[in-house]
Amino acid sequence: MARGIKDKVAILGMGCSKFGERWDTGPEELMVEAYLEAMQDAGIEPTQLDAAWFSTHIDEIGTGKGGTPLSLALRLPNIAVTRVENFCASGSEALRGAVYAVASGAADIALALGVEKLKDTGYGGLPVSNPGTLNPQWAPNGSAPGNFAQLASAYRAKHGIAKEDLKRAIAHVSVKSHANGSKNPKAHLRNEISEDQALNAPMIAEPLGLFDCCGVSDGAAAAIVTTPEIAKAMGKKDLVTIKAMQLSVSNGLESQHNSWDGSYFHTARIAAKKAYQEAGIEKPREEVSMIEVHDCFSITELVTMEDLFISPEGGAVKDVMDGFYDSSGSVPCQIDGGLKCFGHPIGASGLRMAYEMYLQLQGRAGERQLANPKIGLTHNLGGSPSQNVCSVAIVGLEGV
Amino acid sequence: MSGEIGLTALGGYIPRLRLQRKAITTANAWVAPNLAGKGKGERSMANWDEDTITMAVEAARDLLGPDDDRSHVDALYFGTTTQPFADRLNAGIISAALTLEKGIQAVDITSTQRAGTSALLQALHAAKAGAAKNALVLASDKRKARAVSPQELDFGDGAAALSVGSENVIAKFLGAHSLTVDFVDHFRGAHEEFDYNWEERWIRDEGYLKIIPQAVEGALKEAGLEASDIDHFILPCTLPKVPQSVAKKLGIPAEKVRDNLAANCGETGAAHGLVMLVHALQEAKPGEKILVAQFGGGADALIFETTDKLSSMDDRRGITGSLADRQEETNYMKFLTFNGLVEWEKGMRAEQDKKTALTTLYRNEDMILGLVGGRCTETGNVQFPRSRISVNPNNPAVDTQEPYKFAERKASILSWSADYLTFSMSPPNHYGMIVFDGGGRIFMDITDVAPGEVESGMEVKMVFRVKDVDEKRGFKRYFWKAVPVRSSATGQATGQSTGQAAE
Repeated sequence: MARGIKDKVAILGMGCSKFGERWDTGPEELMVEAYLEAMQDAGIEPTQLDAAWFSTHIDEIGTGKGGTPLSLALRLPNIAVTRVENFCASGSEALRGAVYAVASGAADIALALGVEKLKDTGYGGLPVSNPGTLNPQWAPNGSAPGNFAQLASAYRAKHGIAKEDLKRAIAHVSVKSHANGSKNPKAHLRNEISEDQALNAPMIAEPLGLFDCCGVSDGAAAAIVTTPEIAKAMGKKDLVTIKAMQLSVSNGLESQHNSWDGSYFHTARIAAKKAYQEAGIEKPREEVSMIEVHDCFSITELVTMEDLFISPEGGAVKDVMDGFYDSSGSVPCQIDGGLKCFGHPIGASGLRMAYEMYLQLQGRAGERQLANPKIGLTHNLGGSPSQNVCSVAIVGLEGV
Repeated sequence: MSGEIGLTALGGYIPRLRLQRKAITTANAWVAPNLAGKGKGERSMANWDEDTITMAVEAARDLLGPDDDRSHVDALYFGTTTQPFADRLNAGIISAALTLEKGIQAVDITSTQRAGTSALLQALHAAKAGAAKNALVLASDKRKARAVSPQELDFGDGAAALSVGSENVIAKFLGAHSLTVDFVDHFRGAHEEFDYNWEERWIRDEGYLKIIPQAVEGALKEAGLEASDIDHFILPCTLPKVPQSVAKKLGIPAEKVRDNLAANCGETGAAHGLVMLVHALQEAKPGEKILVAQFGGGADALIFETTDKLSSMDDRRGITGSLADRQEETNYMKFLTFNGLVEWEKGMRAEQDKKTALTTLYRNEDMILGLVGGRCTETGNVQFPRSRISVNPNNPAVDTQEPYKFAERKASILSWSADYLTFSMSPPNHYGMIVFDGGGRIFMDITDVAPGEVESGMEVKMVFRVKDVDEKRGFKRYFWKAVPVRSSATGQATGQSTGQAAE
C-alpha cells in the first residue's frame, strides 16, 4: 500500500450551484456560479490558482471537450486545465486530480470543477450516449435504470428476499432522501413523498419505479484545495482534510467471469477497503459520521450499504427499514438529499457530495446540520453494476 | 444406402406468435366486410426481431442439432423472396450465424414462390454430381402484405430446413421435373413493398390446374411412378380447394392431399413447399412416397420415398413441434406495427443513429454473428468476448484463447430487468446477465417474453435475432438473444402474458 494522502491536502473553499432544471442557464453560467462561491469561500484571487481539473461526462450536448470550456467560462489566467471523464464518477476524478497535484507539490492551490447541462436534450432521463462501434452491435438495448435494476433481481435471488420486501426497503431509501432534500435550498427536488407514492409510482425498469430513480439535473460544483500549511497561513480554521481517495475500475470480471453474482459492486468493495486503510478506519459502522453515496437508483444505495461494510452482508434491508441511515440514524446517508433529490448533473456529482461533507464538517449545513460530524465518506460510481468505476473518498476534520 | 442421394435431416421454425385472424377481420369489418369469412384460425407472426434470415437460422439449428461442429456442411442453398438484403449475400449471414466453414458454396435463390423447392433441387443436383456431400437447404419467408388485404390473412411466417447427401438418408430422392413459364399470377417490382395480384379464377384455371399437372407428370415419369403411388401430395396454394382439384385431375386420391396448414400457420411463401415437406416427413412412415410441388413462374415437382432412418429425426422440433409451441396474439395493431404498416411515435430515444461500422462487424464476425467467445487453453476458462488477455482473475494468461461457441450451450438468467425507458419495438425491453453451463456469461437482450414471465434462475437458450434496424441506410444488425426454454407442448395460452415461468 502506498503511503497515501491522509491529511496532506485541505479544502480551502467550495461552491455548488443550485441544481435543477435550469432552463435559463447554460453550462458556462453554471460553472461560474459554483466557481464564484468557491473563490469567495477560499478568499483567493484567480491568479493564485496553479492548475485546474475539469469534469464533464457528456460532451455531445453542449459543454464541449477538452479543458477550454472551463478556462473560457471562468476566464482563467491561462493555467493548466485538464478535462477528466470517468462516467458518473467524473466529479470525484476532478477532485482527485487537484488533490494529487497539491499533494505532489506541483501545485500550491488547485481548482476542481464539475458541470453537466443535461436538460438540453428535449426528453426526460439521461441522454442516450454514443456507444462506440462495437458495443451497439451486441450489448443489450438498455438504459441506466434497467442496468441498475439488475441488482435487485440478483440481490433477491442471493438473499432469498421477497419482491415486496425489497421494494418496500428501496421505497424507504427514497422516502428518506426526499425528506432530507426538502431541507436543502439548493436541491432539485424539495418535496417529501410517502412510502405509498414510492411503491405505486409508474414503473421505469422493473422493479424500479419513478421514485426509485434520481433526478436528472443541471448543475455545477467546485472545490479549491491546498496544503494544510498554506490554508493555516491564510488564517483558515477547522480545516477539512482529505483522508483517502480511492478509485477501483472494473476489468471485465463482473461481466465476463462467473465468480460475480450480480448482487453487489465488486469495485466498491475494493475501493472501500483501500480507502479505510488509507484513512486508518477500522470499524466504519462506528467511525464514519455520515455518508454521501451514489444513489442513482434506490437499489444502488441499498446494496452500497453492504459494499461500504457499514451494513453486514445481507443486512442492508434491515438497517434501511430500522432507520439506521435516516437523518436521525446512526450513519445518516444522503443528508443533502443525494443524487435522488439534490440531483445528478453527472460531472458535478462527486464534487457535490464532497461539498455537503465539507459544509457538515464545518457546521455550515443550516437546517440539515448534523451534530458534531467528524468523518464523512463519499461514494461516487460510474457505469453499470457489471462494468463500472467506483470512487470512495473520505474527508474529515484535521487531526481526527 | 451410400451412393443413393436423398434428404438426410430436417428442421423447422414457425414463430411463436399466432395472430388470431378474427382479430384482423373484426378490426377491418367496417371497411372490408367481405373478408369476414376469412376470420378463422390463426396465422404465424414473426416477432419484431425476426425476419427471413433469423427464421432460417433457427430452422437450420434445429436440423443441425446441439453439436456445434458444423464442418460437415459443404454447401448452403437459401430460398426466399423476402431476403433483407438485395445485395449482400443473405446466405452468408446465415452461414456466419451457423459458424459454417468459410470454404463452402452459399447461394441465395430467389424471385419466385418456388425458390424453396428450387433451392432443394439445386442441392440434389449438386449432390448427384458429387459437388456437395452434405448440402444444407433453407427456405424462409416473411411476406409483407397491405393492411386490409386477403394476403395478410392468408400469409404466415416460417422456415424449413433440409439437408441433402448420401449418408443417413431419411427420404430417397426419386425424381423431379421443373417447368418455367412466365405466368404472372402476381408480381412485386424490384423496389415495391407489396405484391400486385391478378384475378384468382384465372390463376386457378390457367395456372395451377394446367401448369402443376405437367410438372407432376414429368416428375412421376422420371421416378417411374404412377399418380396412385403417391402417399402424400404437397401443393401450397391459398386458393380454396385447388390442391384437391389438381390431385383429382392427376388421379391422386383426395385423402393423399396434405393439409396446407392454413388453419394454424398460414402460407409461408417460398418456404411453404419445404415447410409442408418437413411436416409430412414428421408424420410419414418409412416406405412412403411424398410428392411436393410448388407453383411460381412455372412449377417444381419433386418426389421422395421415406426410409427406416426417418425415426432418427424424432428429436427434431421441425414443423410439428413449432406449431405446438405457440402464443396466441390478439393484437392486430401490434402486427401492423411490427410490420412497418403504421407510422408510430417512437420517441426521441429512437432517434439514435444506428450506423454500423462494417470494419468493426467484420473484425468481430464470429463474435457477433456466430456468438463465438474464447476458451483459455491453459486454464479452461471460458469467456465472451474473446480477448488477448484472459479475464480469469487467477491466471490472466496471454494469447491462450481458442474460439469457443456459445450458441448451443445451456444457460440461465442471473439478473434481469424489464426496461420501460429504453426504446423498444416491443416494450418493455427485457435484458439481463445470462450465465452459461460450462462457463462464460453475456449481458444480453431477452426476447419472446412478456412482463411477469422472467425470473432469476430461469433456463434460457440462445436465438439469432435482429438487433437493430438502421432505417436511414437500410441496414440490419443481427445478434443473439436469450429466450426461455419452454416445453414444446405448451399449446394453450392467452392473448396476454401467461405469467407462467418456463420449465
